Amino acid sequence: MNLVVDIVSWACLVSGGIFCAIGGLGLVRMPDFYTRMHAASVTDTLGAGLILFGLILQAGLTLIAVKLLIIGLLILFTSPAATHALAKAALTRGLKPLLVEEGSPSSKP
Amino acid sequence: MFTAAAAALLAALALALTRAFLGPTVFDRAQAANTVGTIAMLLLAVIGFLTGRPEFLDLAIVYGLLNVVGTIAVLKYFEYGDLGEPGDSNNGRAQ
Repeated sequence: MNLVVDIVSWACLVSGGIFCAIGGLGLVRMPDFYTRMHAASVTDTLGAGLILFGLILQAGLTLIAVKLLIIGLLILFTSPAATHALAKAALTRGLKPLLVEEGSPSSKP
Repeated sequence: MFTAAAAALLAALALALTRAFLGPTVFDRAQAANTVGTIAMLLLAVIGFLTGRPEFLDLAIVYGLLNVVGTIAVLKYFEYGDLGEPGDSNNGRAQ
């Protein structure tokens, strides 16, 4: 049983790390500010969620697992609020999203 | 196991810092700062497990809280030009 928990937590930790790296890569390579926000939220949700779940499996039923759960809830509640404030501030200050021009071939259905 | 996760987090941290450096608009930098905060929180937790010191999780919680409050305050300054005086109700805009 202990081996299974170790394997699952190892898989969660490594995949969480990989998703964080993918989120960081998206943050660099995305063309526009608003698409970068999507990439950054990949790190916030999947990366953080998988890594914290992997750590909780390692910690077992202790106070440490409760603290890890608190970190997970913290990210769950504050990350959307921060992203919303970011988008609102950018839109209010007139940062236009990168849209396809009308009539260009790629915009036809 | 933890070193693999920590290495991936360091890679993500480097990418976020490059976006913070390259970011044309100031909001890219604010976004990168927010991402660096989240990654630092995860890195604290993983290193806490790596070195077997559970106090790091409390640091991660406090760091996460400060990071969000800091991001929201910086964004309010970017958006309205000032953080407003105590008591004005409309965030510095005309009534």
